[in-house]
Amino acid sequence: MTAPPDLTPLATAAPPAKAATRAAYGEALLELGASNPDVVVLDADLSGSTKTKAFGKAHPERFFNIGVAEANMIGVAAGLAAQGKVAFASSFAMFATGKAFEQIRQSVCVPELDVKICATHAGLTVGEDGKSHQMLEDVTLMRVLPHMSVIVPADAVEAHQAVLAAAEIAGPVYVRLSRASTPVVFAESYRFQFGKAALLREGRDLAIVAMGVTVAAAMGAAELLAADGVQARVINMSTVSPLDEAAIAAAAHDCGAILTAEEHQQSGGLGDAVAQAVVKHHPVPMDMIGMDGAFGQSGTGDELLAYYGLDAAGIARRAKALLDRKATASTGV
Amino acid sequence: MALTTQRRDEIAEAARQVRIDTVRMVHAATCGHPGGPLGMADFMATLFMEHLRLDASNRHAPDRDRFVLGNGHTCAGYYSLLAQKGLIERDELLTFRKFGSPLQGHPHRNLDLGIDFSTGSLGNSLSVSVGMALAAKLNGWDSRIYSASSDGESQEGQIWEAATAAAHHGATNLTVLVDFNNVQIDGHMRDVMDVRDLRVKYDAFGWHAVDVDGHDIDAIDAALVAAREETSAPSALILHTKIGQGVSFMHDQPGWHGVAPNDEQARDALLELGVAEADVAAMIG
Repeated sequence: MTAPPDLTPLATAAPPAKAATRAAYGEALLELGASNPDVVVLDADLSGSTKTKAFGKAHPERFFNIGVAEANMIGVAAGLAAQGKVAFASSFAMFATGKAFEQIRQSVCVPELDVKICATHAGLTVGEDGKSHQMLEDVTLMRVLPHMSVIVPADAVEAHQAVLAAAEIAGPVYVRLSRASTPVVFAESYRFQFGKAALLREGRDLAIVAMGVTVAAAMGAAELLAADGVQARVINMSTVSPLDEAAIAAAAHDCGAILTAEEHQQSGGLGDAVAQAVVKHHPVPMDMIGMDGAFGQSGTGDELLAYYGLDAAGIARRAKALLDRKATASTGV
Repeated sequence: MALTTQRRDEIAEAARQVRIDTVRMVHAATCGHPGGPLGMADFMATLFMEHLRLDASNRHAPDRDRFVLGNGHTCAGYYSLLAQKGLIERDELLTFRKFGSPLQGHPHRNLDLGIDFSTGSLGNSLSVSVGMALAAKLNGWDSRIYSASSDGESQEGQIWEAATAAAHHGATNLTVLVDFNNVQIDGHMRDVMDVRDLRVKYDAFGWHAVDVDGHDIDAIDAALVAAREETSAPSALILHTKIGQGVSFMHDQPGWHGVAPNDEQARDALLELGVAEADVAAMIG
């Protein structure tokens, strides 16, 4: 347990700016390419979509397109890292973590190498491509791996900084990125801190812990709840592993109820990670919003987020149900 | 330049030591994989004693050669060679596979011991070797990456992803040594899943590929020299071997892929490998 978190909410962006985290990734890679000669980048025939192409143009000798062969891409990245390189490897989240899970475990995590898997097109917001491309299990797969750090930026501002940070973090890192332009949450003055939760809104009735695109939705939900007199604390848990357990323990203590929200399966993802911390440190009523054992379907990202209850209205609805449980628990009725 | 008679004899003796150590280590561990290391001993000894630039003095030099054991289950022989090159204490060999030993059942990366990569899952290591080769080129190192593989491992699709990428990205400083013994766990490779002509396959993938008698030290040495001199493509040596070579009752027997010899079998094996009777008694009890 570290020191209790600072309860001053961070400055947030003025709505309604939108940007894609994958675009921020491409820009951050260019910066890293200029500042760190050891950075190399690998892609699996998706460099236009993952935004690694600009790095490839600027540094062709340090860019390796491996073709449609994700398992090999991870292995080659591991070999480069074993020789002292900082290897960024990109594909869609489905393929980077799904096809290459075993290579990530054996060739990256077991030898604890500096391979940074920055996977785009994660979650429902990949949209119309449908369930084959909507990766909803990647955080589960990555967070159970020893030595793997897992970061899910809330927006493009945080994504940019998280990618720069990934180059400095020792060992394997997974960064989850989106295809769609999503709301910008943070002001440019925001400073990402690896392993630290970011408090976005203070409140004591319940805490909403979110990652990725659901952070903006959680902020919207907090607005809706405030209109009904409910003060929700909103926490951006962009570092899913290692988890900031102190922030969770404090939220459980201060708020007495915790709701998690993620564009991901409930099983094994952020909700499970938070629940583990809650159970260990300060058990309180909890609920989790995420995919409830279903695959996605085609549609726009916004349609899908609303359908699966991951928009502001959906999160507010579940928050109210959780508040009822909290009241019941406290009165013993 | 051809090997001198003396040098060839030294390599043959190192290979014999690999076989003796393998039998002793797997016997002491009461589990492990004796057949593969016995079959690979001649080409592994030629590689380690004559070609691979790795020893106790340069183990941490970034620009030395690298070796990755793709068929990681054959690591008893690999550890023996690291001991013969002064990277592992000889006493430590008998801790193989035991709790607390750095000599894990499948290799775990340990640069102090000269173990360049963690392996054991078939199919993964050629990709890693390609990455090592590309990094060496990027750094301007005059080093060579050697990667061991096998006919059974060639059933893994990732091998061919790696083979494609090696040729495409010009990993010409990479040599793969494929142990082709026609044996895998479930039986003879041609019955289980025939990978057919690996020389032709690697050739079609853009490699310099040759068939080599995996028990002919002169031929192995010549092929390793030719691979080093080949600057336009990565090189594949398809080494035709017999599993269990040197211990007659293990020859070509799939059953000796992953079973430890009992006391009597270990005794017979060591005697056949030329260990004096009194020494065998001291080793096995």
